[in-house]
Amino acid sequence: METLTFVLSGTVIAATPLLIAALGELAAEKSGVLNLSIEGMMSLGAVAAFIVVKNTGDYWLGVFIGGVAAMLLAALFAVIVLFLLGNQVASGLAVGILGGGMAALIGKPYESATVPPMPSFPIPILSHAPVIGRGLFDHVLLVYMAPAIAVLMWWIFKSTKVGLVLRATGESPETTHAIGYNVLVVRFLSVLFGGFMAGIAGAFISIASATLWSDGLIAGRGWIVVALVVFGAWRAERVALGAYLFGAATIGQLLVQSIGVEVPSQLLTSVPYIATIVAIALLSMDGKRIRLNAPVSLGRVYREAH
Amino acid sequence: MDANASANQALNLGKGDTPLLELVGVTKAFPSIVANNDVSLSVFSGEIHAVLGENGAGKSTLMKLIYGVLAPDSGQIRWQGQDVAIGAPAQARSLGIGMVFQHFSLLESLTVAENISLTMPGETPRGLEERIAEIGGRFGLPIDPRALVHSLSVGQRQRVEIVRCLLQRPRLLIMDEPTSVLPPTGIPALFETIRRLASDGCAILFISHKLEEIRALCQRATVMRGGRVIATVRPAEETNETLARLMIGRDIPTAARRPPRPATTPALQLRNLDYQPADPFGTTLKNIDLTVRPGEIVGIAGVSGNGQRELAAVLSGEATLPRAMRDSLSIAGARCGDWGADKRRRLGLAFVPEERNGRGAVPEMSLTKNSLLTAHRFGMVRRGMIAFAQVRAYAEACIKDMDVRCSGPGAEARSLSGGNLQKFIIGREIGLKPKVLIVSQPTWGVDVGAAATIRRRIIELRDSGTAVLAISDELEELLEIADRIHVIFRGRLSPSLVREEADGALIGGYMTGGFVGGHDARTAVTA
Repeated sequence: METLTFVLSGTVIAATPLLIAALGELAAEKSGVLNLSIEGMMSLGAVAAFIVVKNTGDYWLGVFIGGVAAMLLAALFAVIVLFLLGNQVASGLAVGILGGGMAALIGKPYESATVPPMPSFPIPILSHAPVIGRGLFDHVLLVYMAPAIAVLMWWIFKSTKVGLVLRATGESPETTHAIGYNVLVVRFLSVLFGGFMAGIAGAFISIASATLWSDGLIAGRGWIVVALVVFGAWRAERVALGAYLFGAATIGQLLVQSIGVEVPSQLLTSVPYIATIVAIALLSMDGKRIRLNAPVSLGRVYREAH
Repeated sequence: MDANASANQALNLGKGDTPLLELVGVTKAFPSIVANNDVSLSVFSGEIHAVLGENGAGKSTLMKLIYGVLAPDSGQIRWQGQDVAIGAPAQARSLGIGMVFQHFSLLESLTVAENISLTMPGETPRGLEERIAEIGGRFGLPIDPRALVHSLSVGQRQRVEIVRCLLQRPRLLIMDEPTSVLPPTGIPALFETIRRLASDGCAILFISHKLEEIRALCQRATVMRGGRVIATVRPAEETNETLARLMIGRDIPTAARRPPRPATTPALQLRNLDYQPADPFGTTLKNIDLTVRPGEIVGIAGVSGNGQRELAAVLSGEATLPRAMRDSLSIAGARCGDWGADKRRRLGLAFVPEERNGRGAVPEMSLTKNSLLTAHRFGMVRRGMIAFAQVRAYAEACIKDMDVRCSGPGAEARSLSGGNLQKFIIGREIGLKPKVLIVSQPTWGVDVGAAATIRRRIIELRDSGTAVLAISDELEELLEIADRIHVIFRGRLSPSLVREEADGALIGGYMTGGFVGGHDARTAVTA
């Protein structure tokens, strides 16, 4: 029973930052911008939040500042790719490296420092349920917010004008411009939103789950986020499923290691990544679904006609 | 101006007062060309007004200026007598200007209602469904609001565009070459819709280069050539010949042709081909039998999007068939269904694709280097090195032979106009002395004079014993050059009609599936 509680709890904690950042990246990609600097943005968000919490003890201020810090970096990226017509892949990589470097620099005085974990918010009644109570309903608020945001975004894409405009921009910026929308504004806001979410995800890691800062804290999660959006075929509900699956795989391999099975630990550590690749490959076989949801203009430079 | 005034008078338009829309001395220049030079034009409520001109005459640019997609360099646009600066399409729409684009501005992965809601502030897709049906019923434009756009035929997409405009209750509706995407049988219904709109008081700007249509539909016509207004006339009082002379500045040359003398052994043959394209939105080809013999031109007619693209890909080798289907295709007697494009070309195949820049030619490369791409077997490569003198000579020969207007063989392909580049590509492929020539949309976007040259050369090539397959959306073109015509509809090929029995009505019926029995035909009627 203890084990199951541990697995459930570990899964949602591992999945939450991935889901939050992936939902942000989903919005950016749906509008047609491939943001490969998520890793750097998460690092910057993590260190900013950590510094705020270390100095003020205000966790929500930390989350907010973490989001804003990453959003500023996203604004830089957006200016480069939208207004200076930079290549999205190259610019994304460069801005990501910049973000990682800035995080290391700012965080230098705090290297290996710790903070007390963000206080959890046990949900009344539910948190007293056996096994799942401690496993699912005794966490910080962000853990519950992540799936709620996923549902909200699913609904926005499906049923609102905002979602429709975002999808239209990603499918064909030229057409969207022709029918009278400002493509660059839509994309700019989407990228900012993506940056804000990546910052919050980073903050979650540094002040709620790891509760420490060290360089390299994000450890490739930013890349998993980018993969998750593809894995989810650009649909919020599938992205969420992917995030929790990846979280479960992460915890699963820890569990197997702790039981002491005779498998090299490096192999086990790579399981979540391999699982993600296999899942992406399998899901990509349904071309029609991909075509209906994939933003066709993703990664393409859009030059406005005058 | 006099002609204009008298035409207005004769029509009793606008009770002699202000036009709904008036353009005065509008000029728009692009880096390489003055697209509109001192253009003046007036349109009255309830009028169907044609803008007539060849491709490249500046019609589309003019409409984009009116619709706020582009801004004029100088000149005035007046709406109900007031000077306006239309800075964006949204502003044009709020004035009451609607536009049906030649290339549709529909998003394929969205439904009809979702697409329409994007241009209707404050409306939800669901809330629009009823109104879409209502407008559709009133103007003869039935459409399913919940259908995904990618599943619609081109004609249905046009209906969506028109319904979208009508929902905004436009005072002026611009229609850019609306008949170019319709089968001949769909055109009367469109005209009926346009007439109903005009009698409701809406002004229509009808852009076209098809003279018959303009004479049948429009009360006045503004004729453009080279970016300028040449004349404003009443088309009903003109003949096709006088209109054509205004439009191109001289008489249209016609291609002379002799009866074909085809050989008996097929040069190109498809047997019972079924083909599922990789693109999930593509058209699946079903049970296609096709034979082209040396010395004949076979035409493939049909509304675009019915499998022409896939058929061209399968024949050219851009899409190869699986090994088991090798026998489905033979070129010059060799079974080559699973061979790639280069291997097929070695059998004597030449191919002119639909897109010039990017598939027919590399835009950034010179004409010389573009010649090398398909003619490299003709002594242009020695021991792995390019013999540039030979290549340049070949390019020069193509330029001279086809009267390509360019600065010389060193000109980049992208610097040529569409028509000139097409002439060059056709010249390059003809120069290969192919056994089989496949040409897709030979004169799409090419001006009348160049089109005549291209058609004449294709017929000459046939007379020299080449088997030619021409795929074209323009039925008039196929009726002019082809010896036999097949129609393609939803991936199926009709029986072939020899030139003499191919009349517009029969082919029009085939274009909407008249040759297939059962289910397909029924859905075609309702489509």
